[in-house]
Amino acid sequence: MSILAKFSALAEARESLQHVGRDPFRLVIEQALSATEGVIDGQPVLLFGTNNYLGLSQDPACLAASAEAVREHGSGTTGSRIANGTYGLHGRLEAELADFYGRRSCMVFTTGYQANLGMLSVLAGKDDTLLIDADSHASIYDGCRLSQAQVVRFRHNDPDDLYKRLRRLGDTPGSKLVVTEGIYSMLGDSAPLAEIAAVKRETGAYLLVDEAHSFGVLGETGRGLAEAAGVEADVDFIVGTFSKSLGSVGGYCVSDHPGFDILRVTCRPYMFTASLPPAVIASTRAALARLRESPELRQHLWTNAHRLHAGLRAAGFEVGPQVSPIVSVAMPDIPAAVAFWNQLLARGIYVNLSLPPATPDERPLLRSSVTASHKPEQVDAAIAAFVATAEALGLQQPALVD
Amino acid sequence: MSTDLEAVTRLVIETLAANPKVTKTVTGETVIVDDLGLDSLAVMNFVMEIEDKLDVSVPLDRLADIRTINDLARCLAELKAVA
Repeated sequence: MSILAKFSALAEARESLQHVGRDPFRLVIEQALSATEGVIDGQPVLLFGTNNYLGLSQDPACLAASAEAVREHGSGTTGSRIANGTYGLHGRLEAELADFYGRRSCMVFTTGYQANLGMLSVLAGKDDTLLIDADSHASIYDGCRLSQAQVVRFRHNDPDDLYKRLRRLGDTPGSKLVVTEGIYSMLGDSAPLAEIAAVKRETGAYLLVDEAHSFGVLGETGRGLAEAAGVEADVDFIVGTFSKSLGSVGGYCVSDHPGFDILRVTCRPYMFTASLPPAVIASTRAALARLRESPELRQHLWTNAHRLHAGLRAAGFEVGPQVSPIVSVAMPDIPAAVAFWNQLLARGIYVNLSLPPATPDERPLLRSSVTASHKPEQVDAAIAAFVATAEALGLQQPALVD
Repeated sequence: MSTDLEAVTRLVIETLAANPKVTKTVTGETVIVDDLGLDSLAVMNFVMEIEDKLDVSVPLDRLADIRTINDLARCLAELKAVA
């Protein structure tokens, strides 16, 4: 039997999608012309399926910084942070992030995935307990697997359920670490962080918030949900990524914990991988500066978010519970979702197709996201394409709210 | 303990029977993923329902070792006994 036989059911399911149209998992963006426009199969498309919230992946200042760094420092570090891959640039980015958050320490990781993998596995040892939101990102689940801690899942965005599960632990020895996300990537909903922080205080647990989708998006200065909810002092560890609002790649963790620096020699996903290349560090630093000095980017983002959410809702689509830059439309079943996604693409609108079990309930989602760079007429074009596709597929009402 | 185990097994089977995704007859020997066709998320969500009924939490690392309904019932009964 083939070593891949365990995937045969999945392979069959994937094969069956071919009959509906283009395979969403083989889609290639041939060129990103701007933060909002790209080329797919030689055709121009509007990009409504990125995480480029502030539109900084194509920002001239970030590109210039990146180009200068690659010429000055080379294309890669060829080493890990702990051995031979820590350059002055890494230290400067860490200092700037710590300053932005007003925190004592920052560690930069090579990806956001590794930041969660690293922080969860290093913080929670075998005598500790991780309490994670049921809808957590795969990187959080994988971080749990890499840790030797006991892992307990609480109901999505439910502080009472979290409290109940902490109570059940009773006087179990060891530290308890609660893990939530600022904005959940599938539906764009936020955690009730003030209530979760209250549970954390009452029970003496630690709190880690993954602000991957909320960094640069929420809060008066863009620090994320902890800032927006006014509970930064209760959040012991903030994890985030550069691959969304800052338009590059990489992850980080900031904290005020006085012993934080020991993690540099204990956190394996930090220690045993090549550090970020100079060009990435340079564009990330430039993007962080842009985020800090240009609050209007966040205003544009939210204007677009409201426009897309309201437009799709008014057209009768079932959108997520909260307005956010992520606007997801629920589809009745997988064939309908794949057909809808294909037709949107044919109409020049690129969104993400999210299939269960990656989605919170049993239904597939068409996940759109806006950036600060979208123009109102581009958002309107996306809404019009959704409406036209629903009509063409005879789906005007089935997936829709009242 | 054996009565508890029987009661827990019954509770698990009843809860699964009420799940619209489960169309087959469930017994103690039913293999949860292979026989019922539930994905990892559906299993975790179904276990959450039982957790509430018994007021216990099943750690995910314990869940990874569970294959059959009897395995799950034994795990729940053990957790309940020490709760």
